Amino acid sequence: MAFMGDVLNPLPLWQNGPTPGSFYNFPGNASLGPVGRTVQDFKAHSANPITTTTTVIGLKFDKGCVIAADTLGSYGSLARFRDCPRVLKVNDLILLGSGGDYADYQYLKDIIEQKIIDEQCIGDGLQLKPKSLHCWLTRVLYNKRSKMDPLWNNYVVAGIQDGEPFLGAVDKLGTAYEDATIATGMGAYMATPLLRDALEKGPLDEESAKALVRKCMEVLFYRDARSFPRYQLGVVTADGVIVEEPVELKHDWTLAHMIQMK
Amino acid sequence: MFRNQYDSDVTVWSPQGRLHQVEYAMEAVKLGSATVALKNKQFAVLIALKRAVSELSAYQKKIIPIDDHIGISISGLTADARMLSRFMRTECLNHRYAHDAAMPVGRLIALVGNKMQICTQRYDKRPLGVGLLVAGYDDQGPHIYQTCPSANFFDCRAMAIGARSQSARTYLEKHLSTFMDCDLQELVAHGLRALRDTLPNESELNTKNVSIAIVGPKTPLRVCDEAELTRFLALVEGEERRGGSGSATGDAGPAPDRAPGDDRDPQVAVAMDTE
Amino acid sequence: MSSIGTGYDLSASQFSPDGRVFQVEYAAKAVENSGTVIGLRGKDGVVFAVEKLVTSKLYEPGANKRIFHVDEHVGMAVAGLISDARQMVETARSEASNYRSQYGIPVPLKYLNERVSMYMHAYTLYSAVRPYGCSVVMGSWSEHDGPQMFMLDPSGVSFSYFGCAVGKAKQAAKTEIEKLKLADMTVKELVKEAARIIYLVHDELKDKQFELELSWVSKDTKGRHQLVPRDVAAEAENHAKQSLADIEDSDEGEM
Repeated sequence: MAFMGDVLNPLPLWQNGPTPGSFYNFPGNASLGPVGRTVQDFKAHSANPITTTTTVIGLKFDKGCVIAADTLGSYGSLARFRDCPRVLKVNDLILLGSGGDYADYQYLKDIIEQKIIDEQCIGDGLQLKPKSLHCWLTRVLYNKRSKMDPLWNNYVVAGIQDGEPFLGAVDKLGTAYEDATIATGMGAYMATPLLRDALEKGPLDEESAKALVRKCMEVLFYRDARSFPRYQLGVVTADGVIVEEPVELKHDWTLAHMIQMK
Repeated sequence: MFRNQYDSDVTVWSPQGRLHQVEYAMEAVKLGSATVALKNKQFAVLIALKRAVSELSAYQKKIIPIDDHIGISISGLTADARMLSRFMRTECLNHRYAHDAAMPVGRLIALVGNKMQICTQRYDKRPLGVGLLVAGYDDQGPHIYQTCPSANFFDCRAMAIGARSQSARTYLEKHLSTFMDCDLQELVAHGLRALRDTLPNESELNTKNVSIAIVGPKTPLRVCDEAELTRFLALVEGEERRGGSGSATGDAGPAPDRAPGDDRDPQVAVAMDTE
Repeated sequence: MSSIGTGYDLSASQFSPDGRVFQVEYAAKAVENSGTVIGLRGKDGVVFAVEKLVTSKLYEPGANKRIFHVDEHVGMAVAGLISDARQMVETARSEASNYRSQYGIPVPLKYLNERVSMYMHAYTLYSAVRPYGCSVVMGSWSEHDGPQMFMLDPSGVSFSYFGCAVGKAKQAAKTEIEKLKLADMTVKELVKEAARIIYLVHDELKDKQFELELSWVSKDTKGRHQLVPRDVAAEAENHAKQSLADIEDSDEGEM
């Protein structure tokens, strides 16, 4: 618990002054450890993201899952990088989407890709399954946040687990859950209701699921100030994983004059 | 016995390119009582013969559960086996913690192999004096693995190690083709017959000196209780025993044919298997 | 080897009076007792073939492979103590993985070979450890470097080869390899030759059973190291058996 400092050897109350409780430090108590630590002894971790990406949407349909995310890397409010793909084919069973700090995502992506290479090298024909990756991500993210040094990401894991579609999410705190619809970031507020509405009306097939997700991307583009019209869509079914090339959504701002700002 | 100047350390190669210390460690496996492992299309089974040090003592445990889907049966130095089993348990638990899934058997064995190799190469260590038969079940079905002190491991269809185990292996080889298609009852019966072949003439298998463990689909590893043992033993009770044809030394492999007058160091069969 | 038994051959950290390190030579002996491994480098890739001796009927077919993947693009065929060889595989894998994480590209085989060789060599320097009892052959193909192959000895010495053989029948295998015009051959042709050579040099009297392992890394596999597909391997194996039978027939004819 770095933020509490060293409980046994607190810092002086003022410079060169007594430390809390120092008047009770009778001879023999010195064995508690070195005294006179300075501020530099405490390590500060970065506590905010730098280049960020926004919503990831994940949706289950009858025979698989679909994931979509735009390709914008924002630098604060600046739309700085236009080609930040973040829908990743992990292996034939898993599709991964990420939102949040893009550098943190790239870091973890390299590790995951090496995991897959390691597995291919073993050559026993076994493949990482989505539940396993979801669990592994949870452990990694939770561990990092417990060190007060989180990886600033939301991850959406989609895949086929023993023939059934799987969809799960993990956030930067290590909070993990599975659901039939997942939207992170701004999408959690704006896309989730649309997705749930559609799902309540009955089961989806691949085409209707894709159409629904595309609709959500459109809504998000109009409403989310950190979004972008170019996005990528990935589908995982028992046949494998397909990540589409980025597509541009059609947008029409002729309605904009109707919005009055007072 | 075999003493020569190249057998004092595990770090010394003999001029023939052999490691005598490792070969001697292989001998330790043959000091333990016999144990058999075999599998059919679904199940992997361990069957072990337990020994009691004295009339007043309990029988020494031979089968150690590792996880819900893996169990091992040991022959050789029990203490070394306990070290290995702890390692295997830890690895399985860590895999479950990180991946929410059972450790694939082959991968666990590869880790064990790499761990065991370290102590065959260093002056300050000795090879582990224990052989394991590992029975496990994963996505690819049932598995039987054999591990050796030489850090070799083998993916087996059936195997027997320990004292007088050659007789058991002879039995297993003879019936190998039938195992895949027989049911669990028959499979255990085959294992018991193989194990019985390692017994001296005056002794018999009973619920006290036999251990059986079974693992399979939707069947977490189960070490049989006395009631189940009784049922299994009944399967082979009263059958005529085929006299102990195997060699009493329990060599871990077919003894190589040696020309008369060949006065090289005695060859330990599997010990330095470089194949 | 006149110095055997004079006490100068008990440690890897000791020279004999005539300037040799016997422990390393003895380790090389262990490799020579192993099944034969050959590596062939053609114009568009590298082929490995291994004579894997099977010592018991009780083992699963295909168990204890002697050809490993080090990375997507690098294959390794090993001769000698398999447990030692697995450590080399692990070392090579971690080197390849480190290079990838540092530089973001697959490790060049030349560099990987250098690192693995250094590791192997380190075990020939100290009395506290023994030299590795294995030789490894590594191969890769890339657009930039073309086919590449290296063989590494227990001494830590390694060379780049067009064709190499190690293990029991390395002499006979080398003789056969030298007859090939390696630089003009494609991996598809080499697979057949590799299978034929392994079948030819296999000693049926001493070692009864063996399995043939074949792998390749080539332009056609897009630089990925993979086991030779089952149908191609079966064809190569049949070709090997056929040519072996032909030789036997012609031998009888002469008699």
